[in-house]
Amino acid sequence: MRREALTFALRGPRLAAALILAALSLAAPFLFPAITVQLALLWIMVVFAMTWDTTGGQMGYNSFGNVLFVGLGMYACAVVQRDFGLGYFWTLAAGLAVGALIAVTVGAVLGAGMLGLRGHYFAIGTLGLGIAAGEIASSWEYVGAGGGLTVPIYPGDIAFRTGFFYYQCLMLALATFLALRWLYGTRFGLALNAIRDDEDKAEAMGLHTTRYKTVAWCTAAFFLSIAGGILGNIIGFIDPRDTAFASSSYGIWMVLMAILGGKGTLWGPVVGAVIFHLTQELFWTYLLGWQRVALGLLIVLIVVFFPQGIFGWVRARWPERFGATVEKPAGTKSA
Amino acid sequence: MMQISKILVRASLIAAALGCPAVLAQAQDTITLGAAVSITGKYATNGKNTQDGYDLAVKQINDKGGVEVGGKTYKLAVKYYDDESTPARGAQLVERLISQDGVKFVLGPYSSGMTKAIAPVTEKYKIPMIEANGADRDLFTQGYKYLFAVLSTSDQYIASAVQLLAELSQEQNKDLKDVKIAIAIENDPFSQDVRNGVAEDAQELGMKVVIDDKLPPDFSDMSSTLTKVKALKPDLLVVSGHTKGVLLGVRQVAEQKIDVPMLAATHCDSAQIIEKFGKQAEYWLCGSQWDESLTYKDDLFGKARFRRAVREDLTTIRRPTRLPSPPLRSRCSRDARHRAALMRRKCGTPSRRPICKPSTAT
Amino acid sequence: MQDGQHAAVALRKWASLRDLPDPAMDRALSARRLSEGGGLPAHKLDGNCAAARAMANLDVLIAAPVFAIQLLVDGILIGAVFALVAYGMALVWGVMNVINIAQGEFVMLGGYTGVVCARYLGISPFFGIPLGAAVGFLAGLLVYQLVIRRVVEHDLFTSLLAAFGVSILLAQLLNQAFGPDEVVIDTGLGSLNLFGNMVSVSVIKLVSCGLTVAIGGALMLFLKRSRLGQAIRATAQNARAARVMGIDTDRIYAMTFAINAAICGAAGALVAMIWVVSPYAGLPYTVRSFTIVIMAGLGNLGGVILSAFGLGVIEQFASFIFGAETEFAFVFSFLVLVLIARSLILQRQRKVLR
Repeated sequence: MRREALTFALRGPRLAAALILAALSLAAPFLFPAITVQLALLWIMVVFAMTWDTTGGQMGYNSFGNVLFVGLGMYACAVVQRDFGLGYFWTLAAGLAVGALIAVTVGAVLGAGMLGLRGHYFAIGTLGLGIAAGEIASSWEYVGAGGGLTVPIYPGDIAFRTGFFYYQCLMLALATFLALRWLYGTRFGLALNAIRDDEDKAEAMGLHTTRYKTVAWCTAAFFLSIAGGILGNIIGFIDPRDTAFASSSYGIWMVLMAILGGKGTLWGPVVGAVIFHLTQELFWTYLLGWQRVALGLLIVLIVVFFPQGIFGWVRARWPERFGATVEKPAGTKSA
Repeated sequence: MMQISKILVRASLIAAALGCPAVLAQAQDTITLGAAVSITGKYATNGKNTQDGYDLAVKQINDKGGVEVGGKTYKLAVKYYDDESTPARGAQLVERLISQDGVKFVLGPYSSGMTKAIAPVTEKYKIPMIEANGADRDLFTQGYKYLFAVLSTSDQYIASAVQLLAELSQEQNKDLKDVKIAIAIENDPFSQDVRNGVAEDAQELGMKVVIDDKLPPDFSDMSSTLTKVKALKPDLLVVSGHTKGVLLGVRQVAEQKIDVPMLAATHCDSAQIIEKFGKQAEYWLCGSQWDESLTYKDDLFGKARFRRAVREDLTTIRRPTRLPSPPLRSRCSRDARHRAALMRRKCGTPSRRPICKPSTAT
Repeated sequence: MQDGQHAAVALRKWASLRDLPDPAMDRALSARRLSEGGGLPAHKLDGNCAAARAMANLDVLIAAPVFAIQLLVDGILIGAVFALVAYGMALVWGVMNVINIAQGEFVMLGGYTGVVCARYLGISPFFGIPLGAAVGFLAGLLVYQLVIRRVVEHDLFTSLLAAFGVSILLAQLLNQAFGPDEVVIDTGLGSLNLFGNMVSVSVIKLVSCGLTVAIGGALMLFLKRSRLGQAIRATAQNARAARVMGIDTDRIYAMTFAINAAICGAAGALVAMIWVVSPYAGLPYTVRSFTIVIMAGLGNLGGVILSAFGLGVIEQFASFIFGAETEFAFVFSFLVLVLIARSLILQRQRKVLR
């Protein structure tokens, strides 16, 4: 089952499609200068959805608290930028690195305890983590407490700034995609799937499941914290509950985008993020005041009609497109 | 009087800043202003008031013929987005207003937190923002050059209550060192600054702050803080937390029979505590940006309906029992909008960049 | 030309203005400088640190234990309202394996029913309690038929997201219907004073506590005794077996979901009388009931009531001693710790929390 995503990825005309896509994303700031920021955020959303899928889709651990790492990255980066006077670009780089380091450490430490929880207990535990982190940040004076934190403004030209952050987001999304693609193709990816399918059996087979789970979560933490650091810089102001540890927006969106696109697939979260982000932008523009009604309806419709996600639905519909080796479950008629 | 001229000077400055950029708008003789206000979410009450205020001012101005820039008359229009009361969304939407919709002037959102999120955006695009709802002093110490506020900062909301307390204590020959203040605020940028203002005033006057509680924004109950108030018997209790804060404050202080000599709060008028609680709302002192008793005049709104923000009057303290009045926020926003219009009419040669950049000397 | 002059004058005046002392700005700047320069930060009061404040607050409690009684009573009375909401959530979770994220919005719906009663129908807000329950019941039925029914057989996350969608939809519809203002109902019941005015208990909170106990008791009786209640319990134990035995599980699910919404509606009418109601104030109720259910452990309906009271009391004391800003951080850290502790204890028996 696992290899099919890979065979789907790059071959023949698909390679050409991928190249066109790459060219488009590279040229985007020049083609659509007015919406470059929205496009940058789109890449951030892609990172959100893909990293959520690492634990949620591939490993079967549905986290509602991955926003914890976003917030950690955002705050760490902003604090470094505020306190270290090394010039804008150096501090930004240092901030992203420090954020990633902190997030991975926190992921490793918490992972030992949290990943012992299963199913919805894990989900709720992580939700608690995300909310608790927001509350702690909002009572901690060093990071601005409830008053929030303002990130230093990019010193250069404004048009350049947008492009600067856009390419950062694009690179990050690309790096995340390639890293995860590679990861899912290795033995490690198989181990994650084994944990999802039956953790007890996987453990009985001699897999150190806790170790695999922790590494997977830390991988997500790494990319998320960098995304958080960049996001903080794009937004420019960090509010502890609504920007950094935004459980009820980013935290839920991550899950939603991954499910919308299709859990447990490589491309699913990407597709989900793109569709979700575009729809949301359109709703904001054209349905003033009613956009949340529309969003609520959309979520309900997605969940009711595409519980397997768009990619999952496509795959169920045309399995042969995903390589002929797909095994049909017993009892279904063959394609 | 000096204060008035000061404000006028500032006003004409804003005017200069606003009027200078060339007016680029979709319709030829319409200037489109952009605003991200909270139509949904936790600030929706005041966001709606803000929007109503802007709409009213725009209507008034358009009814009187619009604004004149460089000999040409323009109508005003406002393009709104809903920031859903989250700063991240607000910043994004203003970015979109500026870069996509080509808006050249931005009107402020509701609340200090939202303004804090939006100010960096307007700043980097060098687009002037006139705001009437971001009172946190933090906004004005960042060195922003395109942020123009037409309200007093949040540290002053309660300042005259503290002053009054000091005066009354002195009248009764009470040592200020024995005067105790309790603060219960919502943990958000605006209320934090209200609290800092009170704390600084108290420190200056030598009073003691005995309770300093920050309630989480999702709070629905403040009884434990009020129990502390009962135990420590402060002379002044300060409550700040947008509309919900004062509603809970009034209700629970009455319910728990908290006997504090002086009670002070913000947002009494937009929370409509008199209408909602009647007698229970008596004896709360409310800091307000405007008061019905002020007698300024202006050619758009006439006398009694519209008042200019002047420092001394900003901190007028009043007993809410007296006045059923339009919510504060509406009036604030109306003022911001109106002032912008006023300014624009008086000012500048159209050119792309503001020729009259505010003095860079800090 | 003339305009240019205006600008020039404005600039000159601005320059001179900047030299004038501006007390508020000076103070702001000096506060800023202080906090930047490592001096006394503006936010620190008299050099009080958090630990010292906590100790001082603890001293108050020790010196005057009567305030501990006040906190205890408040905690229990607050817990009572949350107990109702959490009870409904536990019921739906246990029977249908659905986490109803829209719980808080049902509460708000009930609250608005109460407000309509008191303000527009001119009847006693107490009628809002049964009416809120009725409105909640209908709304629950509707939501079940339209949405939940189609996802109840999927895994927990699918239904959770569906419920999330319903929750933002409901909140928004409430906003469109009633406007965004925070509303309250004033019952004018006042409060009772005990221990020579040292402890005051609001009557409406007492009433709501009584009602909670009554509703909770009635529900338990209903689940134990009535035919429908037995069917609900059977479905909770094993839905497939129940179906085999001829129970219409779809109907059972519908009833369970609607009963939950009715409980929330009744609780909402109480919330409007005790605190405030607004379209967006639902989330805390959802999150709180979540915490309560987890603390009690799934399938432990009696435990839900106890843990609701427990959480209420713990929160009161935590926020009294450590300051209100730590209240939520405390609750959620506590939740995470409870989960990890329970998981670790189970791991020693080679079991997992699932």
